[in-house]
Amino acid sequence: MAQEDKENVIDQPEVLRHKMVTVEISGKKYEVPEGITVIKALWYTGQEVVRGAGCLGGFCGACATYYRTKDDPKVRTCLACQMAVQDGMSFTIMPPFPARKALYDIQSLKDPKQDLFNLYPEAPLCRNCNACTEACPQKIDVREGVWKAVFGDFKSVSEMFMDCVMCGMCTPVCIADIAPNLVALYVSRAQGAHFTEKPQGLDTRIKEIQDGRFNDEWKKILKMNEKELAAHCASVK
Amino acid sequence: MDIHALQQIVHNTRDARRKQTIPKFSPEDRDQLIHKYHPDFRASAYRPIRFGPNINEKTVLELATLLEGESLITDDVDLTPHYTTDVLVVGGGGAGCAAALHAHNAGAKVILATKLRLGDSNSVMAQGGMQISVAPEDSPVTHFIDTLKGGHMQNDHDLLKIMVEEGPSIAKWLIELGVLFDRQADGNLHVKKGGGSSKPRLLTCSDYTGLEIMRVLKDEVLNQKIQLLEFCAAVELLGDDQGNCTGAIFKDMDNHRFVVVAAKAVILATGGIGRLHIQGFPTSNHYGATGDGLCLSYRMGAKLDHIDTFQYHPSGAVYPEQLIGALVTEGIRSEGGHLVNAKGERFVNELDTRDVVSSSIIRECEEGRGIRTMSGRVGVWLDTPLLDAEHGPGTVEKHFPAMMMQFDRFGIDISKDPVLIYPTLHYQNGGVKIDTNSETNVKNLFVAGEASGGLHGRNRLMGNSLLDLMVFGKRSGLTAASRSASMKQGMLTLKHLQRFRAEAKKHGNPSGVISPMILPAYTRKTG
Repeated sequence: MAQEDKENVIDQPEVLRHKMVTVEISGKKYEVPEGITVIKALWYTGQEVVRGAGCLGGFCGACATYYRTKDDPKVRTCLACQMAVQDGMSFTIMPPFPARKALYDIQSLKDPKQDLFNLYPEAPLCRNCNACTEACPQKIDVREGVWKAVFGDFKSVSEMFMDCVMCGMCTPVCIADIAPNLVALYVSRAQGAHFTEKPQGLDTRIKEIQDGRFNDEWKKILKMNEKELAAHCASVK
Repeated sequence: MDIHALQQIVHNTRDARRKQTIPKFSPEDRDQLIHKYHPDFRASAYRPIRFGPNINEKTVLELATLLEGESLITDDVDLTPHYTTDVLVVGGGGAGCAAALHAHNAGAKVILATKLRLGDSNSVMAQGGMQISVAPEDSPVTHFIDTLKGGHMQNDHDLLKIMVEEGPSIAKWLIELGVLFDRQADGNLHVKKGGGSSKPRLLTCSDYTGLEIMRVLKDEVLNQKIQLLEFCAAVELLGDDQGNCTGAIFKDMDNHRFVVVAAKAVILATGGIGRLHIQGFPTSNHYGATGDGLCLSYRMGAKLDHIDTFQYHPSGAVYPEQLIGALVTEGIRSEGGHLVNAKGERFVNELDTRDVVSSSIIRECEEGRGIRTMSGRVGVWLDTPLLDAEHGPGTVEKHFPAMMMQFDRFGIDISKDPVLIYPTLHYQNGGVKIDTNSETNVKNLFVAGEASGGLHGRNRLMGNSLLDLMVFGKRSGLTAASRSASMKQGMLTLKHLQRFRAEAKKHGNPSGVISPMILPAYTRKTG
């Protein structure tokens, strides 16, 4: 293996150089190794992280972050566990935004498409500024989704927002005070609970289990000794 | 040599590999492989536990130290409760949410406490899917057999039978709550084949199954106005004179004060141990996966089961460095993705069980057929572009949007280039021993989900975790709720702790470590 080492090397400049870069974390400058993630930069600079870290895998939305790269006026968003630091970058983890979540009993809704306007009356007030779409670290066309929700195309919304990690970055930028991620969550749940075909096969299987269709097979298997069971298992391909 | 040059061998050998079939190992070969290469069999990583319910049983050093650890709570702490409830759920992941919802719906007063936010968990990251036998050619019995094989025949039969039989009704419950499982053209649930399964049985929501389920369950917990104690870490359980569980003490993560909760029943749904970085492995687990529930239950006298076995998911990312340990979903192998060594060869049936696939990857790397990165990490290729070649362009993007996005952030297009992977610490196969109602040998102490043990034997089958969470979350919630309806709140004492300390003293409590860990110590203390 030793001989192959020189051949089998993947170019990873960030690891090779151990180069330090200057970043600004919530307004204070620090030196950190280039290429580590934003969340690791917080740990590296000695900060205790309780809020602002969750799954560390890009799925939970706990580490929603505003950042700006060197000399660029544009403030962007990212998930801190999924973004590498670079020289001159400034960032700040976003505290939870006090968006209003409507409360509802999803199963007892009578007219979910109309109920949207009672639960989230601000939803149809979108002024098309597109800031929500630009703010989405998951690249969802949020603005389009809000309009589709308002026009009752719940199916499209549920498909578009399957990537939504509920980080809430779309909410503080909305000039109409819409919380698009919460609207989409309601719409997706309504789509699943009210507008999606009930799977017949599932009901059949539940009934089969209730009626004891598999009881004989269970009896046979649960009676087996260890050896018989192992042999039976080996026979199932 | 740069990554693109090294990848060429994967592109060059793709067509030849597509014609190959790799047979699964015979039971003997499989055992031999696992004994030689699986981290569970590295003797130097293990030691016997010195005292407590599992005295003299072996587990990994990292866990043994915590189990023998000292409590943060001293005898003089004021046990006047800040909150009183019927059912106290500790943990805000899949099992915790399911337990809280079912207990609440059964009429119990519920408090759900979690050390981070509601929903911060491993559940939210589950990508592969959820095994439920809904297909006509499949059955709960076949699900049982597959799981037993995967678990090396060590699974608790009673727990397993319940899980596979309750699966279909769990799917129905989730659908009624609005979870959008993938469908076939006829409206029936679409099923995918998972590693170690003889029939297609995985229900999926593209590769966001865990996220979709958790979005819905979290929303439902909020809609039901279940009382939450977020950023409150459980640091000790409370018990009465007889040693039955009667509540818990939390540390408020903001002001560091202790919060005492009196409860008729306690459900620990505290998840796994990945952040202990057993044997130095990177992990796919969330920030809080530090095995807190194991330590708490152990001090209370609950027996643990199968705590010497852990699951190393075959495909943790090795490159880029920022994604180390992050999961590359097994779904890619389910859809036909090959594992390829540095010589461009396949070396294992990609749909074998996780322990077999992981062991064979470790074998390739230890025998010099791995690909080494500049940071010294080694891995093998997972041929992701093969999926587009096999099922048509756009397949990877359509079926694995989460994966595409994760790598795209670092400029890697996994539909065009293969990804480098190596096993990552993924799951705790064992945990606190439970009965079919999810209760431990300590009365009124329930454990649900990854923190519990017995169900999965020595190796959990892909897709069985999400189902485990829902089924035993439900059972613990329902049992705790009905029990609490007919009993009085017990006394709050720390008698169990005095007993545990006396035993520790007898054995010299050498670790001196405080447990539970709560969060990993990633913060750098020195310049």
